[in-house]
Amino acid sequence: MIAISFLPGPRHRATLSAMSLPPHPSPPSADPQEAALLVGLRAGDETAFATMVRTYGGRLLATAQRILGSEDDARDAVQDAFLSAFRSIDRFAGGAKLSTWLHQIVINASLMKLRTRRRHPEEPIEPLLPLFAEDGHHAVSSAGWGEGADDVVARGETRAMVREAIQRLPETYRTVLVLRDIEEVDTTETARLLGVTTNVVKTRLHRARQALKTLLDERFREARR
Amino acid sequence: MMTCRELVEFLMLYLDGELPLDQRARFDDHLTVCHACVIYMNTYIETVRMGKAACAPLDEPVPDEVPEELVRAILAARDGGVN
Repeated sequence: MIAISFLPGPRHRATLSAMSLPPHPSPPSADPQEAALLVGLRAGDETAFATMVRTYGGRLLATAQRILGSEDDARDAVQDAFLSAFRSIDRFAGGAKLSTWLHQIVINASLMKLRTRRRHPEEPIEPLLPLFAEDGHHAVSSAGWGEGADDVVARGETRAMVREAIQRLPETYRTVLVLRDIEEVDTTETARLLGVTTNVVKTRLHRARQALKTLLDERFREARR
Repeated sequence: MMTCRELVEFLMLYLDGELPLDQRARFDDHLTVCHACVIYMNTYIETVRMGKAACAPLDEPVPDEVPEELVRAILAARDGGVN
Protein backbone atom coordinates (compact mmCIF):
# COMPACT_ATOMS: atom_id res chain seq x y z
CA MET A 1 0.00 0.00 0.00
CA ILE A 2 1.28 3.43 -0.86
CA ALA A 3 0.88 6.36 1.50
CA ILE A 4 -1.65 8.83 0.17
CA SER A 5 -2.00 11.38 2.92
CA PHE A 6 0.38 13.95 1.46
CA LEU A 7 -2.17 16.71 1.14
CA PRO A 8 -3.26 18.66 4.21
CA GLY A 9 -6.89 19.25 4.92
CA PRO A 10 -8.58 22.43 3.73
CA ARG A 11 -7.81 25.41 5.89
CA HIS A 12 -10.27 27.90 4.52
CA ARG A 13 -13.80 26.68 4.47
CA ALA A 14 -15.58 29.93 5.13
CA THR A 15 -17.05 31.91 2.28
CA LEU A 16 -14.51 34.22 0.72
CA SER A 17 -16.68 37.29 0.31
CA ALA A 18 -16.36 39.95 2.97
CA MET A 19 -19.67 41.34 1.83
CA SER A 20 -21.48 38.06 2.43
CA LEU A 21 -20.49 37.84 6.08
CA PRO A 22 -23.59 38.36 8.21
CA PRO A 23 -23.63 41.35 10.56
CA HIS A 24 -23.51 40.21 14.16
CA PRO A 25 -21.65 41.17 17.30
CA SER A 26 -18.36 39.28 17.53
CA PRO A 27 -17.22 37.49 20.66
CA PRO A 28 -13.96 38.82 22.08
CA SER A 29 -10.90 37.56 20.18
CA ALA A 30 -8.70 35.03 22.01
CA ASP A 31 -5.66 37.06 20.96
CA PRO A 32 -5.51 40.24 23.12
CA GLN A 33 -3.54 42.15 20.48
CA GLU A 34 -6.04 41.22 17.79
CA ALA A 35 -8.93 42.08 20.10
CA ALA A 36 -7.46 45.54 20.71
CA LEU A 37 -6.89 45.97 17.00
CA LEU A 38 -10.51 45.05 16.25
CA VAL A 39 -11.78 47.58 18.77
CA GLY A 40 -9.71 50.26 17.04
CA LEU A 41 -10.82 49.20 13.57
CA ARG A 42 -14.49 49.22 14.56
CA ALA A 43 -14.06 52.69 16.03
CA GLY A 44 -12.60 53.89 12.71
CA ASP A 45 -9.19 54.52 14.26
CA GLU A 46 -6.63 55.40 11.61
CA THR A 47 -3.72 53.99 13.60
CA ALA A 48 -5.48 50.65 13.93
CA PHE A 49 -6.02 50.55 10.17
CA ALA A 50 -2.34 51.31 9.56
CA THR A 51 -1.37 48.57 12.03
CA MET A 52 -3.59 46.09 10.22
CA VAL A 53 -2.02 46.98 6.87
CA ARG A 54 1.52 46.70 8.21
CA THR A 55 0.85 43.48 10.13
CA TYR A 56 -0.93 41.52 7.42
CA GLY A 57 0.01 43.34 4.19
CA GLY A 58 3.09 41.28 3.36
CA ARG A 59 1.33 37.93 3.52
CA LEU A 60 -1.63 39.24 1.55
CA LEU A 61 0.68 40.65 -1.10
CA ALA A 62 2.40 37.27 -1.44
CA THR A 63 -0.97 35.54 -1.91
CA ALA A 64 -2.11 38.10 -4.51
CA GLN A 65 1.18 37.76 -6.40
CA ARG A 66 0.82 34.00 -6.57
CA ILE A 67 -2.65 34.33 -8.07
CA LEU A 68 -2.02 37.29 -10.36
CA GLY A 69 1.65 36.95 -11.31
CA SER A 70 2.01 40.70 -11.82
CA GLU A 71 3.25 42.71 -8.84
CA ASP A 72 1.33 45.83 -9.89
CA ASP A 73 -1.93 43.91 -10.12
CA ALA A 74 -1.18 42.24 -6.79
CA ARG A 75 -0.73 45.63 -5.12
CA ASP A 76 -4.06 46.81 -6.54
CA ALA A 77 -5.75 43.67 -5.24
CA VAL A 78 -4.24 44.10 -1.77
CA GLN A 79 -5.39 47.71 -1.68
CA ASP A 80 -8.91 46.68 -2.74
CA ALA A 81 -8.87 43.94 -0.12
CA PHE A 82 -7.92 46.24 2.75
CA LEU A 83 -10.49 48.85 1.76
CA SER A 84 -13.15 46.13 1.50
CA ALA A 85 -12.11 44.75 4.89
CA PHE A 86 -12.24 48.18 6.47
CA ARG A 87 -15.73 48.83 5.09
CA SER A 88 -16.91 45.40 6.27
CA ILE A 89 -15.16 45.20 9.62
CA ASP A 90 -18.46 45.34 11.53
CA ARG A 91 -19.45 42.15 9.79
CA PHE A 92 -16.27 40.29 10.66
CA ALA A 93 -17.25 37.13 12.51
CA GLY A 94 -14.96 37.03 15.50
CA GLY A 95 -14.92 33.23 15.58
CA ALA A 96 -12.34 33.31 12.79
CA LYS A 97 -8.88 34.81 12.98
CA LEU A 98 -8.49 38.22 11.41
CA SER A 99 -5.62 36.90 9.27
CA THR A 100 -7.85 34.11 7.89
CA TRP A 101 -10.63 36.57 7.10
CA LEU A 102 -8.22 38.95 5.34
CA HIS A 103 -6.72 36.04 3.41
CA GLN A 104 -10.17 35.14 2.12
CA ILE A 105 -10.85 38.72 1.11
CA VAL A 106 -7.57 39.09 -0.78
CA ILE A 107 -8.24 35.88 -2.69
CA ASN A 108 -11.59 37.33 -3.73
CA ALA A 109 -10.02 40.64 -4.70
CA SER A 110 -7.31 38.87 -6.71
CA LEU A 111 -9.83 36.76 -8.61
CA MET A 112 -11.88 39.90 -9.34
CA LYS A 113 -8.74 41.51 -10.73
CA LEU A 114 -8.02 38.41 -12.78
CA ARG A 115 -11.47 38.62 -14.36
CA THR A 116 -11.31 42.29 -15.19
CA ARG A 117 -7.81 42.60 -16.59
CA ARG A 118 -7.30 42.21 -20.29
CA ARG A 119 -7.05 38.56 -21.17
CA HIS A 120 -4.34 37.48 -23.52
CA PRO A 121 -4.64 34.24 -25.48
CA GLU A 122 -3.40 31.57 -23.10
CA GLU A 123 -0.59 29.16 -23.89
CA PRO A 124 -1.92 25.61 -24.23
CA ILE A 125 -1.03 23.24 -21.42
CA GLU A 126 -0.81 20.15 -23.62
CA PRO A 127 2.93 20.51 -24.43
CA LEU A 128 3.61 20.25 -20.68
CA LEU A 129 1.59 17.05 -20.21
CA PRO A 130 3.24 13.59 -20.36
CA LEU A 131 3.59 11.81 -23.68
CA PHE A 132 2.52 8.22 -24.25
CA ALA A 133 3.25 5.66 -26.95
CA GLU A 134 0.39 4.11 -28.92
CA ASP A 135 0.34 1.15 -26.55
CA GLY A 136 -0.29 3.51 -23.61
CA HIS A 137 3.17 3.25 -22.05
CA HIS A 138 5.32 6.26 -21.22
CA ALA A 139 6.98 7.61 -24.37
CA VAL A 140 9.68 9.23 -22.24
CA SER A 141 10.68 7.92 -18.83
CA SER A 142 11.43 10.64 -16.35
CA ALA A 143 14.34 10.22 -13.98
CA GLY A 144 13.87 10.50 -10.23
CA TRP A 145 14.94 13.72 -8.61
CA GLY A 146 17.22 12.09 -6.06
CA GLU A 147 17.00 14.45 -3.10
CA GLY A 148 14.06 15.01 -0.82
CA ALA A 149 11.97 18.04 -1.68
CA ASP A 150 12.47 19.61 1.71
CA ASP A 151 16.27 19.55 1.39
CA VAL A 152 16.20 20.97 -2.10
CA VAL A 153 13.60 23.66 -1.44
CA ALA A 154 15.49 24.86 1.61
CA ARG A 155 17.94 26.40 -0.85
CA GLY A 156 16.89 29.87 -1.82
CA GLU A 157 17.62 29.49 -5.50
CA THR A 158 15.48 26.36 -5.72
CA ARG A 159 12.57 28.11 -4.01
CA ALA A 160 12.85 30.85 -6.59
CA MET A 161 13.03 28.30 -9.40
CA VAL A 162 9.87 26.51 -8.22
CA ARG A 163 8.00 29.80 -7.84
CA GLU A 164 9.07 30.84 -11.32
CA ALA A 165 7.89 27.50 -12.71
CA ILE A 166 4.48 28.02 -11.07
CA GLN A 167 4.24 31.42 -12.73
CA ARG A 168 4.95 29.80 -16.11
CA LEU A 169 1.79 27.70 -15.92
CA PRO A 170 -1.12 28.86 -18.09
CA GLU A 171 -3.28 31.19 -16.00
CA THR A 172 -6.36 28.95 -15.93
CA TYR A 173 -4.32 26.14 -14.42
CA ARG A 174 -2.03 28.25 -12.25
CA THR A 175 -5.05 29.79 -10.54
CA VAL A 176 -6.43 26.41 -9.52
CA LEU A 177 -3.03 25.09 -8.39
CA VAL A 178 -2.39 28.19 -6.27
CA LEU A 179 -5.85 28.13 -4.69
CA ARG A 180 -5.86 24.40 -3.96
CA ASP A 181 -2.26 23.47 -3.23
CA ILE A 182 -0.75 26.71 -1.95
CA GLU A 183 -3.61 28.66 -0.38
CA GLU A 184 -5.38 25.43 0.67
CA VAL A 185 -8.87 26.48 -0.40
CA ASP A 186 -11.00 23.33 -0.65
CA THR A 187 -12.33 21.96 -3.94
CA THR A 188 -15.94 23.06 -3.39
CA GLU A 189 -14.97 26.62 -2.48
CA THR A 190 -12.50 26.82 -5.37
CA ALA A 191 -15.25 25.73 -7.75
CA ARG A 192 -17.61 28.35 -6.32
CA LEU A 193 -15.00 31.10 -6.59
CA LEU A 194 -14.17 30.26 -10.18
CA GLY A 195 -17.74 29.52 -11.28
CA VAL A 196 -16.93 25.99 -12.45
CA THR A 197 -17.82 22.48 -11.30
CA THR A 198 -15.78 20.53 -8.77
CA ASN A 199 -14.87 18.07 -11.53
CA VAL A 200 -13.39 20.91 -13.58
CA VAL A 201 -11.37 22.00 -10.54
CA LYS A 202 -10.03 18.46 -10.09
CA THR A 203 -9.14 18.10 -13.77
CA ARG A 204 -7.37 21.46 -13.89
CA LEU A 205 -5.51 20.77 -10.65
CA HIS A 206 -4.24 17.40 -11.90
CA ARG A 207 -3.13 18.92 -15.21
CA ALA A 208 -1.49 21.86 -13.45
CA ARG A 209 0.50 19.52 -11.22
CA GLN A 210 1.56 17.40 -14.20
CA ALA A 211 2.66 20.52 -16.07
CA LEU A 212 4.57 21.83 -13.06
CA LYS A 213 6.24 18.43 -12.72
CA THR A 214 7.34 18.61 -16.37
CA LEU A 215 8.83 22.07 -15.79
CA LEU A 216 10.65 20.89 -12.66
CA ASP A 217 11.86 17.76 -14.52
CA GLU A 218 13.48 20.07 -17.08
CA ARG A 219 15.11 22.24 -14.42
CA PHE A 220 16.49 19.28 -12.48
CA ARG A 221 17.80 17.75 -15.70
CA GLU A 222 19.56 21.02 -16.56
CA ALA A 223 20.96 21.28 -13.03
CA ARG A 224 22.51 17.79 -13.31
CA ARG A 225 24.37 18.61 -16.54
CA MET B 1 -3.45 -4.66 -17.18
CA MET B 2 -3.75 -0.93 -16.67
CA THR B 3 -1.62 1.19 -19.01
CA CYS B 4 0.73 3.98 -17.95
CA ARG B 5 -1.62 6.48 -19.61
CA GLU B 6 -4.54 5.27 -17.47
CA LEU B 7 -2.42 5.32 -14.34
CA VAL B 8 -1.35 8.91 -14.92
CA GLU B 9 -4.92 9.93 -15.75
CA PHE B 10 -6.23 8.61 -12.43
CA LEU B 11 -3.16 9.37 -10.30
CA MET B 12 -4.69 12.24 -8.33
CA LEU B 13 -7.82 10.24 -7.52
CA TYR B 14 -5.60 7.35 -6.41
CA LEU B 15 -3.55 9.56 -4.13
CA ASP B 16 -6.69 11.17 -2.73
CA GLY B 17 -8.15 7.72 -1.97
CA GLU B 18 -11.07 8.32 -4.34
CA LEU B 19 -10.61 5.32 -6.65
CA PRO B 20 -13.00 2.37 -6.32
CA LEU B 21 -11.35 -0.70 -4.76
CA ASP B 22 -11.15 -2.73 -7.99
CA GLN B 23 -9.45 0.13 -9.84
CA ARG B 24 -7.16 0.71 -6.91
CA ALA B 25 -6.07 -2.93 -7.05
CA ARG B 26 -5.30 -2.61 -10.78
CA PHE B 27 -3.37 0.55 -9.97
CA ASP B 28 -1.31 -1.21 -7.30
CA ASP B 29 -0.66 -4.14 -9.67
CA HIS B 30 0.67 -1.79 -12.32
CA LEU B 31 2.97 -0.06 -9.85
CA THR B 32 4.55 -3.36 -8.84
CA VAL B 33 5.76 -3.97 -12.41
CA CYS B 34 6.27 -0.47 -13.87
CA HIS B 35 9.29 1.41 -12.57
CA ALA B 36 8.56 4.40 -14.85
CA CYS B 37 5.16 4.90 -13.23
CA VAL B 38 6.62 4.60 -9.72
CA ILE B 39 9.07 7.37 -10.62
CA TYR B 40 6.26 9.41 -12.18
CA MET B 41 4.11 9.07 -9.08
CA ASN B 42 6.95 9.92 -6.69
CA THR B 43 7.98 13.02 -8.63
CA TYR B 44 4.30 14.07 -8.87
CA ILE B 45 4.08 13.90 -5.07
CA GLU B 46 7.38 15.78 -4.78
CA THR B 47 6.01 18.43 -7.15
CA VAL B 48 3.07 19.12 -4.83
CA ARG B 49 5.34 19.22 -1.80
CA MET B 50 7.87 21.49 -3.47
CA GLY B 51 5.16 23.89 -4.63
CA LYS B 52 3.90 24.23 -1.06
CA ALA B 53 7.39 24.49 0.42
CA ALA B 54 8.59 27.07 -2.11
CA CYS B 55 5.64 29.35 -1.33
CA ALA B 56 5.67 28.91 2.44
CA PRO B 57 7.12 31.81 4.43
CA LEU B 58 10.65 30.96 5.57
CA ASP B 59 10.64 33.19 8.61
CA GLU B 60 7.56 32.24 10.61
CA PRO B 61 6.17 33.90 12.65
CA VAL B 62 7.68 37.17 11.40
CA PRO B 63 5.39 38.54 8.67
CA ASP B 64 6.66 39.14 5.18
CA GLU B 65 7.71 42.69 4.50
CA VAL B 66 5.09 44.98 3.05
CA PRO B 67 6.51 47.78 0.89
CA GLU B 68 6.13 51.13 2.64
CA GLU B 69 4.87 52.84 -0.52
CA LEU B 70 2.05 50.29 -0.71
CA VAL B 71 1.15 51.01 2.92
CA ARG B 72 1.03 54.73 2.15
CA ALA B 73 -1.09 54.15 -0.98
CA ILE B 74 -3.60 52.06 0.96
CA LEU B 75 -3.83 54.58 3.78
CA ALA B 76 -4.30 57.42 1.29
CA ALA B 77 -7.01 55.48 -0.56
CA ARG B 78 -8.76 54.79 2.71
CA ASP B 79 -8.60 58.47 3.70
CA GLY B 80 -9.90 59.42 0.28
CA GLY B 81 -12.85 57.08 0.71
CA VAL B 82 -13.59 58.23 4.23
CA ASN B 83 -13.36 61.97 3.65
